[in-house]
Amino acid sequence: MNPLLELSDVGIDFPTPNGPFCALQGVNLKIAKGEFISLIGHSGCGKSTVLNIVAGLYKATNGGVVLAGKEVNEPGPERAVVFQNHSLLPWLTAYQNVELAVQKVFKGKKSKAEMKAWIEHNLNLVHMGHAMHKRPDEISGGMKQRVGIARALSMEPSVLLLDEPFGALDALTRAHLQDSLMEIQKDLDSTVIMITHDVDEAVLLSDRIVMMTNGPSATVGEILHVELERPRNRIQLADDPTYNKYRQQVLSFLYEKQRKVETA
Amino acid sequence: MNISLSNVAWLEPVVNVAKGKNVGTNLQIIFKSLGIPLVGILVFLVLWSIAADRIDTSLGKFPGPGEVATQAKGLIKEHNAERIKAVAFYERQEIRNAERSAADPTYEATIRPYTGKPTYIDQIFTSLITVMSGFILASIIAIPLGIVIGLSENLYSAFNPIIQVFKPVSPLAWLPIVTMVVSAVYVSDDPMFPKSFITSMITVMLCCLWPTVINTAVGVASISRDLINVSDVLRLSYFTHIRKIVIPASIPMVFTGLRLSLSIAWMVLIAAEMLAQNPGLGKFVWDEFQNGSSDSMGRIMVAIVTIGLIGFALDRLMLMLQRYVSWDKSSATR
Repeated sequence: MNPLLELSDVGIDFPTPNGPFCALQGVNLKIAKGEFISLIGHSGCGKSTVLNIVAGLYKATNGGVVLAGKEVNEPGPERAVVFQNHSLLPWLTAYQNVELAVQKVFKGKKSKAEMKAWIEHNLNLVHMGHAMHKRPDEISGGMKQRVGIARALSMEPSVLLLDEPFGALDALTRAHLQDSLMEIQKDLDSTVIMITHDVDEAVLLSDRIVMMTNGPSATVGEILHVELERPRNRIQLADDPTYNKYRQQVLSFLYEKQRKVETA
Repeated sequence: MNISLSNVAWLEPVVNVAKGKNVGTNLQIIFKSLGIPLVGILVFLVLWSIAADRIDTSLGKFPGPGEVATQAKGLIKEHNAERIKAVAFYERQEIRNAERSAADPTYEATIRPYTGKPTYIDQIFTSLITVMSGFILASIIAIPLGIVIGLSENLYSAFNPIIQVFKPVSPLAWLPIVTMVVSAVYVSDDPMFPKSFITSMITVMLCCLWPTVINTAVGVASISRDLINVSDVLRLSYFTHIRKIVIPASIPMVFTGLRLSLSIAWMVLIAAEMLAQNPGLGKFVWDEFQNGSSDSMGRIMVAIVTIGLIGFALDRLMLMLQRYVSWDKSSATR
C-alpha cells in the first residue's frame, strides 16, 4: 500500500503554567486514497487534536504528517475541514460562502462562468441547490452543515477532514446527512477522516475505525477494519450480525478497555 | 431599506385601525407605543411648570414650558428677520453694482458677504458641522487602530493601559492644551477654517476616539475561532482576511462603539464651544449666560431641549446606518 497520508509518531505537548501537558503521543496511521477513516474515543482523548494537526492548525511537537509526499506545516485548502459548528460566515449566503473558497482556490484556473458552475455543482451535490441564496440564519442546522460540506468539497481537497460534523444535529437529520455523505464519497472517491463519538455512525460510514485511548498522552488503541459491502443500507444493517459484531467491538473498546474514569 | 414601518411601532396599527381591521387590539397597541410615552411627556411638563413657578432667580422666575416655547418662537422669528435683512443686503449690492457697471464698463463688481450676527439656526448648523467633523476624523483613526489592536494580543496589551488612562479625561482638560497647540501650529494668513472650529473639532475628536477604538478592538478580538480557522484553511492573505472576515464579523461592535462615540462627541462639543468660542450652540448658551437678560434663562432652556433632541436624532441616524450596513440586524434594535 502506498499511503496518501501518513502520520508518523505524532505527539503534541501544550504549554501550561505547570509545565508541558502531553496530549498525544506516538500516533501512527497510514491512509490510502479513497479510504474513509473514523476517529473515535471519549471526549478529551485528543481526536480533535489529531485532526487539527493534519489540518495544519496545530503543529505537532514530535513526528509529522506527510500528505502525497509533502510534509504538512500549515493549513491549506487541499486539507479542507468541515467544522462541528458549520462555521459559515453569517453575513454571506450559502452560495457566497462556497464562492469565497472557490475564488481563493481556483483564482486564475477557472473562468467566472466556470466558477459559478462549480459552486452550483457543489451545492447541488449536497442537495442545497434550492436554498443557495439563503443566509445561514435562514436555514436549519442540517442545511448549514451541508453547505459546510459543499464548501469543503469545492476546494477539491486531497483529504476531507470532518470534525464531528453531525454532532450538533438531531438523529433524523444526522441519518440524512450520513446517507448524503456516503453517496458523495462513493461518487468522488474522496479520502475522508471523520471524528465522531457515535458508534453507529463510525461503523456505517468507515472503512477503518481508529479507536483512541484516553488522554493524557493519548494514542491509537485499536484499529478495526469494517468489511461491509457498499453501498450500505442502515435498515438492512440494523439486522446484520457482522454489523452488530463490529458495533460490539467498538463499544467494548470504549466502555470496557478504555472506560472513562470520571475525575470530576 | 425598510425603516418606516419597523421603526415606528404605532404606524402599522394606525393603518389597521383606519382600515377597520382588528380595531380593539390595534388601539391597545397604539396606546402602548404612542399613548404612554405621551402621558409621560405630559406629566413631565406639568411637574416642570409647577417646579418652575417656585424657583426665583436674580433674572426672574425659572422658565416653564410656556416661556420656553415663547423664546423658541422668538429665536425663529429673529432668524427669519435676519434672513430677510441678508437678502435685502445682497439685493442692494447687486443694484448698486449694476448701476456702477452701467456708468463705468471697466468696473469690476465685488460682492461683499453679509456680516450680520449668526442666528440660532446658524449656530445649530455650526455645531452639527463641528461635531460631525470631529466624529468622522475620530472614526477614521479609531476603526483602523481598533482593528490592528484587536488582531494582536500583544498590541492590545500594549495599548490598553494608554486607552484606559485617556478615556476618562474631560474635554475641559484637553481644551487649553489643544488651544495652545492649534494656535502654535495652525498659522496661516488666510485660514480655511477659523481656529475656534479647529480647536473644538480636535477636542471632540480626542474625547470620542476611545469608545470606537475599544469596541472595535474587542469586536475583532472576539471573532469566533471557527471563522479564523476557515480563513486559515483558505490561506487568505492578511488584507483579504481583514476585508472578508474581520470587518464584517466586527461590524456590530464597531457600531456600538460609533454610537457611544457620537453621543460623547455631542456632549463634549457643547463644552468645547463654550470655551473655544466656536459659534455654535455652546457659545449660544455661554453668551446668553453672560448676557443675563430676563429672556436668557428661557433661551438657554430652548438650547437644552434642542441639544437633547439633536443628540437623540443623531443616535437614531447611526442606528439607521447600522441597520443598512450591518448583516446582523438583531444587534441594531435599540
